[in-house]
Amino acid sequence: MIHARDLTRTFKTKAGPVEAVRGLSLDVAEGELVAFLGPNGAGKSTSVRMLTTLLPLTSGSASVSGHDVVADPAGVRRQIGYVGQGTGSGPYHRVRDELVTQGKAQRMTASAARKRADDLLGMLELDGLADRPCASLSGGQKRRLDVALGLMHTPPILFLDEPSTGLDPHSRANLWDHITSLRKASGMTIFLTTHYLDEADTMAERVMVMDNGIMIADDTPARLKADLAGDTIHVSVLCEDQSGNAAEIAQNLPDARETRVDGRDVAVTLRDGEAVLPEFIRRLHQSGIEAISARVVRPTLDDVFLGLTGRSLREAAA
Amino acid sequence: MVSLSNHEVGYANLGTTSSFDRLRTRSTDSQDQNMSFLSDTAISFRREIGPTLRSWYYIIFGLVQPLLYLALFVPLLGAIPGPEGTSPLQWFVPGMVVMLVLFTTVSCGWALTEELMSGSFERFLATPMSRPAIMVGRALKELAPLLVQALILIVVATPFGLVLHPLHMLLGLAMLMLFGVGVASLSYALAIASKHDGSLFYLVSHSVALPMMLLGGVLLPMTNAPAWLYIASRFNPLTYLVEAERALFMGEIFVMPVLYGALVAVVVAVAGLAVGVSQVRKASL
Ligand SMILES: Nc1ncnc2c1ncn2[C@@H]1O[C@H](COP(=O)(O)OP(=O)(O)O)[C@@H](O)[C@H]1O
Ligand SMILES: [Mg+2]
Repeated sequence: MIHARDLTRTFKTKAGPVEAVRGLSLDVAEGELVAFLGPNGAGKSTSVRMLTTLLPLTSGSASVSGHDVVADPAGVRRQIGYVGQGTGSGPYHRVRDELVTQGKAQRMTASAARKRADDLLGMLELDGLADRPCASLSGGQKRRLDVALGLMHTPPILFLDEPSTGLDPHSRANLWDHITSLRKASGMTIFLTTHYLDEADTMAERVMVMDNGIMIADDTPARLKADLAGDTIHVSVLCEDQSGNAAEIAQNLPDARETRVDGRDVAVTLRDGEAVLPEFIRRLHQSGIEAISARVVRPTLDDVFLGLTGRSLREAAA
Repeated sequence: MVSLSNHEVGYANLGTTSSFDRLRTRSTDSQDQNMSFLSDTAISFRREIGPTLRSWYYIIFGLVQPLLYLALFVPLLGAIPGPEGTSPLQWFVPGMVVMLVLFTTVSCGWALTEELMSGSFERFLATPMSRPAIMVGRALKELAPLLVQALILIVVATPFGLVLHPLHMLLGLAMLMLFGVGVASLSYALAIASKHDGSLFYLVSHSVALPMMLLGGVLLPMTNAPAWLYIASRFNPLTYLVEAERALFMGEIFVMPVLYGALVAVVVAVAGLAVGVSQVRKASL
């Protein structure tokens, strides 16, 4: 559905050239839900805007739904819904008018556009707002309207650039409910960007981690975490003088990567904590070491990002 | 909680257009684009005019404005003789209409800055709509109220001595609309180029429009100007437009000034649209 090869984009600014995207290649299959995760300034929007024909490429090539973004931009535009980072609706325009205009812009007939607008207003819980000026909507309602605008012509591919940024947690959750149920019903391909870790983790089937204009990882959240961060088993032993031995045993566990000792607490990072924990306890027991508590800490995508870049995404995003 | 229409559910298939379908859509592209220019202009125009038509104070002020202009001007004109023994209004009304069009269109990029920043302009750029049509539709939205005001001005000025030449005057207004589309597009290009910097936009647009207007002899005749000023005015495209409008308002049509004015209007429209569209194309909004 989406293919890109060596995409680059350099902006000329007064302070010199900014290499926003530096050699991006990606392939997204039909029906996938992919998240671009990265801190502000990573080049997510620039990439999306190149894929959606809004920004000329500096070099490289890309096609969306079989249409080349440079040679056939109109073909691409017919196939995609684009929800940009900003607010798509005009403040003085009325909600339904904006939807119908969008439908006509996407070559729908006026009657089909009106019907679709009413359907989407219902689906996205915007009924009752149809005749209000868009400026009077709440942040969450505006964002749902943006999504509705993107969905007017039932595009096979939907691009969402930071769909939930700036929303309160409740509105974020609500927006995601809508997006996931719409997707379940339609099988749409969704390509979204976010700098919220939890969102990429829970929503996306596939995460592409972006930093400094390049993609540094691309996999399912589960595999990224297992491969690049791993689980951490924390075990407390009965006597502090046993923790050295315990650490040695931990280091010999299958796939063990890193072991730390802190007083009576021994921590070991490895691939699949839950599967290894019973074996770890058994070996400790065989060596006469008594474990008094044990827990497995699951990694977050932040740990993945930290492992990849040495920086925390939370700091980078701030 | 969420109910889905059949529309939505049956959708997945649409992603798998056969290569035959794809070929067909591609071969009709250019034809498609030509046909859709007009309908896209209409879509853009209708979107923009909506809020204007719903705003009663805008309409009231818009209707009162031309009356105000006349009320403030007509008393001043008493002492001035009109051209060839006609009312001075025959000379002033076309100038006033040109001024209205110039000033409104030159600053209409201002209205775009808000949408450039918010992202709603970008939303249309991501649709198959023709880019020139998006611009022309927007420009026509600015011009439509001016057309109404110009007509009011003409009708109200008639009892005070303006002689009507309906066809000539309508032709003059059409020429002005063409010119206005060009200026508006240039204004949009300026808004994009000055990137969200409202004061830069204001500075540039007004330092172009005001001298153009003064040099164009819009409100005062250039015939009495010193030689250097007169020569400078000959390099001002607006001069030719104003002269064409005055000729048309006098009921003349097959005269050189009208031809020159029409040429200026066409050139400004084409060049303005070209510059505007190329700005949109390379804009990194
Ligand atoms: N129009 C532009 N002009 C100059 N620099 C830009 C422009 N757009 C983006 N950039 C720069 O490109 C980099 C990537 O930006 P962006 O793609 O918006 O990042 P993200 O969406 O991941 O936050 C940033 O350093 C940003 O400042
Ligand atoms: Mg961004």
